[in-house]
Amino acid sequence: MPRRPAPPTKPAPRTDLPGLKVRVPRPHPKRFYGHGIPGVDPSTLTGRLIVVEGADGSGRSTQIARLVQWLESQGHATVEVGLKRSTLVAEELERAQQGNILSHTTLSLFYATDFADQLENVMLPALKAGFMVLADRYIYTLMVRDLVRGSDEAWLRNLYGIALVPDAVFYLQVPPEELIQRTFAKSHALDYWESGMDLGLARDMFDSFILYQRRMAETFQHLQTLYHFTIVDGTRSIEAINADLRQQIERLLAE
Amino acid sequence: MKTFAELGIPGRLIAVEGIDGSGKSTQVHLLRRWLEDLGLKVFMSAWNSSELVKSATSRGKKSHLLTPTTFSLIHATDFADRYERQLLPLLRAGYLVLCDRYIFTAFARDVVRGCPPDWVRALYSFAALPDLVFFFKAHLEVSLARILSGREELKYFEAGMDLRLASDPQESYRIFQGRLLEQYLAMSAEFKFYEVDANQPVEASQRLVRQIVADRIPFGPFRAGPRA
Repeated sequence: MPRRPAPPTKPAPRTDLPGLKVRVPRPHPKRFYGHGIPGVDPSTLTGRLIVVEGADGSGRSTQIARLVQWLESQGHATVEVGLKRSTLVAEELERAQQGNILSHTTLSLFYATDFADQLENVMLPALKAGFMVLADRYIYTLMVRDLVRGSDEAWLRNLYGIALVPDAVFYLQVPPEELIQRTFAKSHALDYWESGMDLGLARDMFDSFILYQRRMAETFQHLQTLYHFTIVDGTRSIEAINADLRQQIERLLAE
Repeated sequence: MKTFAELGIPGRLIAVEGIDGSGKSTQVHLLRRWLEDLGLKVFMSAWNSSELVKSATSRGKKSHLLTPTTFSLIHATDFADRYERQLLPLLRAGYLVLCDRYIFTAFARDVVRGCPPDWVRALYSFAALPDLVFFFKAHLEVSLARILSGREELKYFEAGMDLRLASDPQESYRIFQGRLLEQYLAMSAEFKFYEVDANQPVEASQRLVRQIVADRIPFGPFRAGPRA
């Protein structure tokens, strides 16, 4: 009898490549700050919502880009969201900023509409599908901008009762004096809104920028006591900050 | 929430509310005529939204991008724009301002769309209450017949089609308007609406409206100066 060839042995799975051990995080149901979105049960939103807050020039976008790359290489589907990116009103918001023609409550509600549109059309579906959602700014920036312009805090908290409570909020703290150096290194010009010029704090833009950013930082501190952000020292190197954020997010994913 | 009078603002705001086809626009138009004839400083809010807000609203409506929350927010944006740019400055300047619909339209409409009532109310808390609100109370069927006979086609959101109440726009409109009417009736006592029976002849309603305005609003401060 011809000898049958020995059945092929199944090779042992390889373990020597990075990224093979994709960890499956436990579902993490969410809750809303207030009434939420009609008809949405937040306990069905199992992904993670991670927010990075901070002034322009605090390194938010750089950090988020790196976090997206890192999370994806770990095998986690990731979506990035930010302000003024909705299909519904982003274009008009941009134009409103150029012309400074909307009054205060109007602009505030316009931004809220932009936020709600992205919340419902991007964040909720992604979180429902178990994605990692990285938000480049969230309701806190919107609230702080309005608070320094005299909005009623209770009114804002009701308005943003539609928002989800994130799993983590990192606030990149950089002193205004350094922000101004970073801004000049990048664009050689200060932005009208980021300098709070509409508030008439000072005649020259440099002074206005410093005063405005200081007020913004103070108001963020105030919100920190209510919303418990993690304050991250944004004056360190990009790598050091990123290592810090990764470590905290890793801990979050292991929960 | 306080009225403009209670806030010490010299102007007075009169609002008319009611479902589509209740005849409120006709009534407020006739009221305006009369007040102008009396030589008073009157402004009829034309509800011209600024171009920016209008552009976003119409895109949202056309492409059916709106959910109950964004529908509510974009209309609140639009209202805030008119309020801050037009109504409040006029009222501060001592005008008698007439509004065809006010915040109660949003209270009724957004709640029917599923938004939490206290969220919607707090959203509009930046606006003062009118000094006088007329609510035109017509039978649902009378209002519906009036609107549906004059219309070739009903608009998507106007018929409440986004609520999936019925696949036929006319049927959806009926159900939607019925629910709005329920909301208005529920608010009537709380906000001290002056209810006008809108099933009577136009003149009978108008006679009543003019009488109430004359009794409640002292006209003296609204007489236009000799230069007008």
